[in-house]
This record gives sequence, structure tokens and C-alpha cells, in this order.
Amino acid sequence: MLLEAVLLTVITASTPLLLAASGELVAERAGVLNLGVEGMMIVGAACGFAGAFLSGSILLGALCGILGGAALAAVFALLTLGLAANQVASGLALTILGVGVSGLIGAGFVGQKIAGAPHLYIPFVTDIPFMGRVIFGQDGFVYVSITLIAGIWWFLYRTRAGLVLRAVGDNHASAHALGYPVLRIRALAVLFGGACAGLGGAYLPLAYTPFWVSGMTAGRGWIALALVVFASWLPGRLALGAYLFGAVTILQLHAQGAGLGVPSQLMTALPYLATIVVLVAISWARGRAGSPAPASLGLAFVPDR
Amino acid sequence: MDEAPTGEPPAPLLEAIEISKAFGDFLANDRISLAIRPREIHALLGENGAGKSTLVKIFYGLLQPSAGELRYQGRPIELRNPAQARALGIGMVFQHFSLFEQLTVAENVALGLDRATPLAGLPERVAEVSRAYGLALEPHRAVWRLSVGERQRIEIVRCLLQDPKLLILDEPTSVLTPPEVEQLFRTLRVLREEGRAILYISHKLDEVRALCDTATILRAGKVVATCDPRAESAQSLARMMVGGEVGAVRADSARTGGAPRLAVRGLTLAPDDPHGVRLDDIHLEVAGGEIVGIAGVAGNGQDELFGALSGERHARRADAIRIDGRDAGLLSITERRRLGAAFVPDERLGHATAPRFSLSENALISGHAASDMVRRGFIDRARMLAWVDRISEAYDVRKSRRDPEAFSLSGGNLQKYVVGREILREPGLLVVSQPTWGVDAGAAAAIRQALIDLARRGAAILVISQDLDELFEIADRLVVISGGRLSAPRLKRHADRSEIGLLMAGVGMRPRREGAHAARA
Repeated sequence: MLLEAVLLTVITASTPLLLAASGELVAERAGVLNLGVEGMMIVGAACGFAGAFLSGSILLGALCGILGGAALAAVFALLTLGLAANQVASGLALTILGVGVSGLIGAGFVGQKIAGAPHLYIPFVTDIPFMGRVIFGQDGFVYVSITLIAGIWWFLYRTRAGLVLRAVGDNHASAHALGYPVLRIRALAVLFGGACAGLGGAYLPLAYTPFWVSGMTAGRGWIALALVVFASWLPGRLALGAYLFGAVTILQLHAQGAGLGVPSQLMTALPYLATIVVLVAISWARGRAGSPAPASLGLAFVPDR
Repeated sequence: MDEAPTGEPPAPLLEAIEISKAFGDFLANDRISLAIRPREIHALLGENGAGKSTLVKIFYGLLQPSAGELRYQGRPIELRNPAQARALGIGMVFQHFSLFEQLTVAENVALGLDRATPLAGLPERVAEVSRAYGLALEPHRAVWRLSVGERQRIEIVRCLLQDPKLLILDEPTSVLTPPEVEQLFRTLRVLREEGRAILYISHKLDEVRALCDTATILRAGKVVATCDPRAESAQSLARMMVGGEVGAVRADSARTGGAPRLAVRGLTLAPDDPHGVRLDDIHLEVAGGEIVGIAGVAGNGQDELFGALSGERHARRADAIRIDGRDAGLLSITERRRLGAAFVPDERLGHATAPRFSLSENALISGHAASDMVRRGFIDRARMLAWVDRISEAYDVRKSRRDPEAFSLSGGNLQKYVVGREILREPGLLVVSQPTWGVDAGAAAAIRQALIDLARRGAAILVISQDLDELFEIADRLVVISGGRLSAPRLKRHADRSEIGLLMAGVGMRPRREGAHAARA
């Protein structure tokens, strides 16, 4: 049953990345580069743990995580959209702010534990040998993350609102000229990105390792950011990249455990290398016809008066 | 309105009454009044900066007037945004297209329609409208693959799907080949027969006289005349537009016959970005004393050719480009300047000048290879300023201070400075791209005259331009570039406009090797 155990951990390791990266993908498709994903995740993690610890409910904890991430994103939206501040500088500042705020929120909870999110159990189905627990025995967050990325694909390519969002990211001046509310659409996309990052952060203390330590996101926000770029802003490739990263992370842990004679630093770097190599290879092979990077990405929009 | 049965004109569809628009202290529109009637193609004529674009943005709800009133079908209206204008039946085709590169034709059209329009079946309706009005389009292609002409058709189809009563076109022909212009005019005349009003913004007088029923002429933000352009001559319209006589360019016949000062032989160069054009076996000679014009629609290899000639990119062989008999294909820009060549790219700000640098600093960065403004590594400020003064005096560059930053000059004045900077060095070869693009008529005439005078002093001049009228005015020989290939040169006095137009559209060129995308006629 080693393979089953590995697959289970691969999926749980990938889920926080997938959640946070999904939100960032939507924000970047609308043309906003929010480098504060790490900050929003860690605030989501702190709020999520505090909520769950005080209320005793994982669901309420997740909600607190979402709200925490969105609240930090609202600060970013105010700065970059309302005041047209530089997105790169604001995003970096947001991460520093988020790390500080999370330490403050989590100060009273250090070393506390909660009961983690329960795993789904459907009689008989979950008992199917081998794949049963992998497919039907995960915690609720996993199913939410899969539904989320599928929903984002459907939204972007099958609805008018998604088309407008892509248009705003491609050419904000034209979208404005056609009468679309560029700043409002971007604000909503940023808030959605913050909510997703918050949920991804909350996953860590609520399901992955059910206790609070400060700084427990450990750079996952930066990986989520990189995944969006290497996935060429496409939802399908994003899911692939997130699971690939999770898989190599877990496999190299097992490899280290098995005592291979490879320096551990090199093994720890492996997930990053593997993900970058695979996703770059895909975009190079398929994307030579033109880069799908949103053309207005990172540019401030100030309408004429 | 020659087909109206009585002399009584129909009631105005859109009326502007004393419209003013101020940006800070600058009055872009000053009490403008005009009336656009159904079944009329109404020209809005004026030079760059006369206030045409500001006015139509007000008509389309993109800007709100500072004072004055708009009436639509007799009722006062206030347009707060373009959606409101579209709901009233006002459609607009922009000069700089408001298209989304990564989206398909049908998606682009969908974005311009009201929220209630169903997305399903839209590609079919796009195809239907494009057939009905002779505007060839494929709904599922991504926009970045399309030619400029096709992009404009998307904008027009997008407007037509909303069945507009008034269609505003901002300088629609500036990017089209002559056959595409003909097709556009046919479409516009059909639209007029359907009873729609068209507001046609242009500074091309011949077009306005051929197409329009009424013309309102703007100068410096004010209406200076409203007339029937068919009853006016191009000269009288130009006088009203410019507010004075435009000096005709004096061009005597060329004295050629010397050895070629620029010789390009078998220049082939792959593009360095995926959207670029491949230069394919270019052959070209320019002799001292003559001006050779390269005509073509934007995006057919002009930028790549300029880059290869100026040395921004190296050729593959040293002898592919020869300047005054010396192999120059592998030389840098500075080394080519030392051979006596000078280059004026088409982007004034950012390419020909550094916007935030002063004029004197801009003189230094292009002139240091061939002038004495630097001594032992130190800048000689006095000489630098004297050089700016010389250029400004010789080419009538109007500026607020002795040595302002480049971006603070108007387009025409900066262009005179950029061209003057190169000509004053008395180059043996001048390669200039779009010498008068976006420049007012007075400055354009001065620049063209300066080019002709330089040629008569023995220099070889290569002018790359999309303005066919300009090339016919100053060039001795014409060559057409299409899909990265050059046609055989034609003497201007033997050249025929319609033939040049076909060549620009890629008809009659040698078959090309790869599927570089060119405009279709």
C-alpha cells in the first residue's frame, strides 16, 4: 500500500498550491500582477487556524481563512487600482505585511493543536482497494480545489463575464473604450485571488498539519506565483503543474528516506527543477505561435477624465 | 444628397451645439457646432491636434464636454459612457483599433455587443454581415494573425451588428492599401443608401472630395468652415484647414548617373521576433542625387529593412549592404555613420530620441561618432548647445526653452529636429522612415523640401513611407515592399498608382516562399 500512501500525500501536498495559484491565475488574466500571494496565504492560514480553534468548526475556519486572504487583497486593490500604485512594489510590501499580521494573529496559538479536517468516507466506494481512498477518501478541500480550477476554466472560456475578464487583461484601454468597468473587474479578480490564496493558506493548519506554527506557508505562495507563469496562464496546465510539483516533492522525500546517496539539498531542489522543465517544455512546444501572457499584465490603468 | 427629391435637407440626427472641452488650460474644442443628417457622409477635416478626436470621443461618450449641448433626433442627451451611445445607435471605428490580440474575431465582436446578445450563433452572424457588406473575415481566427485591413473590418462589422444610425470612422484609410480603400468606400456608400449617417474623420482631401457630402473643417479647436467638399478644390480645403498657403514642394528632375552610394544585394534576414517579417532576397540601389521611395502597407517588412540598413541588426554577409562602395553589412550603427550614412527611424520618441533627454543630449547620442562634441571623454556643453541652436534655426524648430526635453516638443517640431539633426551633418546617404507621419502640413512640406535639397547636393536618400502621396511628391524612383520582398523599381514618371496599389496588396509580386501574412485586396 506504499503507492496509495504516496498518492494520498501527493494530493494533499499539491492542494494548497493549486488553490492559491488558481486565484492568482484569475487576477493575472484580468491584468493584475499580485506578488503578495505568500502574504495572503499566511494571513489565510493564521485566520483559518484562529477561526477553527475558537469555534471548533473547520468550515468556519476555512471561511475565516478566505476572508483574511480577501481582506489583504482588498488592501492591494486599494493601492494598485484605486491609487494606481506600482503593482510589483505593492505586492512585495503585501507579503511583508502579511507575514507580520499572521504573526500577530497567531501569537496566542503557537503550539496549539486542532482536530484536522475529516476525510471523506463513502461506504464500499472508499473501500475499493488501492484507488478508493485516493479518489473518494480525501478531505473536502481537495474536492473544492478541483471544482475550483474546473470552474475557472469554464468561466474563462464559456461565459461572457470570463471573456470580458480576459479582454480587460489583454488590452485595458480598448476594454475601457468599449465601456467595460476595467477597475471594478480587476478589483473583483484581485479579491477572488485573495480569497483563493487565503483558502490555500488555511488548508495548511486545518488539514495538512493541524497545528499552528508561524511562517508555516514556507514559500508556497511564491511557488504558486511561478506556477501561473510556467503554466502560460492556462487552467489545465496549472493543475498539471501543481500536481507535478506535489508529486516530486513527496517522491524526493521518500527517496531521501530510502537513503539514496544524493545530497539532500539537491533532492529538495528537484520539485522546482522538474516543474520548470516540464512546463517550459510544454509551452515551448505548443506556444511558439505566440505567448498568451495577458498583454496588460502589471500595468496600471488610469482612465481619462 | 444628390438623390434627395427636394431641396429640403432631413432633420439632423446628431447635433452639437457650442460644445467646448478643456484639458486644464488647454481648450481642445472651442464652441463647436455641427449637424449630422441621415443619409449623409459628413467629413470632419482638420490637422493633427485640431480637436477632431476629442470631439468624436464626446459624441461616443468617452469624454464629457465642459460646456455645450448634444442633441440626438432633436432631443438633448447626455452621454456618460460608450454603452449609452451604442444604445442610441452610435457606433465608432477607432483609428488605433480597440481590438484584443489574443482573442478571436468572433470574441472581439462579442465584446462590442450589448450584454443581452446571445453568444451562441455569433460566428455565423459575423460571417453573414461580412458577406453582405463585402468585408471578408474569418470568425475563428485570432486577431494577432490578421492584417491591418482585416482588423479594421472587424471593427466595422462589430458596429454594423448593432444596426447603428450613425457610424463614426476615425482616419479609416491611413492604414489601408488603395484597393482596400476602394472597397471601404463601396461599403460606406451602401451604408449611406440604407439611410445611415456617417461621420468621416480625415485629413486626406482627395478622399473627402470623392466620398463626402458635407465637410466641417476644424482648426485649433474651432470650426472654421462648413462646406460641400465636392464644390471645393483640394487647395481651397487645404487653405481652410491650415489657415494659410501650404508651400508647394519644389522638385526639379534628379541628376543621377553616379555610382550607387547605397547598394543592397541579396539581403535575406529571418525576423528576430515571432510576429516579425522575413526579409527575402532584397536588391536595391540608390545613387547620389536621387530619392528612392519604398511604398507599402505597415507590417510588410519596413521595420526589418530599416533595422538591417541602419545596423540595428547585422546582415549575414558583409557585402549584402555596401555604403559608398564599402562593405557595411556587418558594421555597427556607429561605424555606418562614420561612412557618412544617417538614419531617421519612424518612432520619434523612444527610437529617434530618448524622451526624457534634452535636445542637446539627444544630439550627442546620435552625433558623437561624427562630430566634435566630446573632447577627451568630456562633453563640451557649449558646442552641444550651439549644435541645437543651428538645427533649430535651420529647420524652424519651435520650443519653449533653449534646450527642452524631447518629449515636450510637438510631433511636427520634434520631427523637424530629428531630420535636421541628421541632414546638418551632410550625410552621403540618408535612410528615413515615415518622415512626415503625424506631422502638420507646414512642417511636412518643410521636411520634404529639406530632403529634396539634400539629394540635389549629391546625397542618396531612401524614404520608407506608407503615404503614397508623399512618395509621389518627392521620390524619383518607387519600389514596393510586400511580405518582406521588394518589387522592381519604377521611375516615378512611369509609375501608375493603381499598379503600385496592387503591388502593395501583394498582387504581381514574385511568389513568396513562406506564408507571411499580407493584406488581401
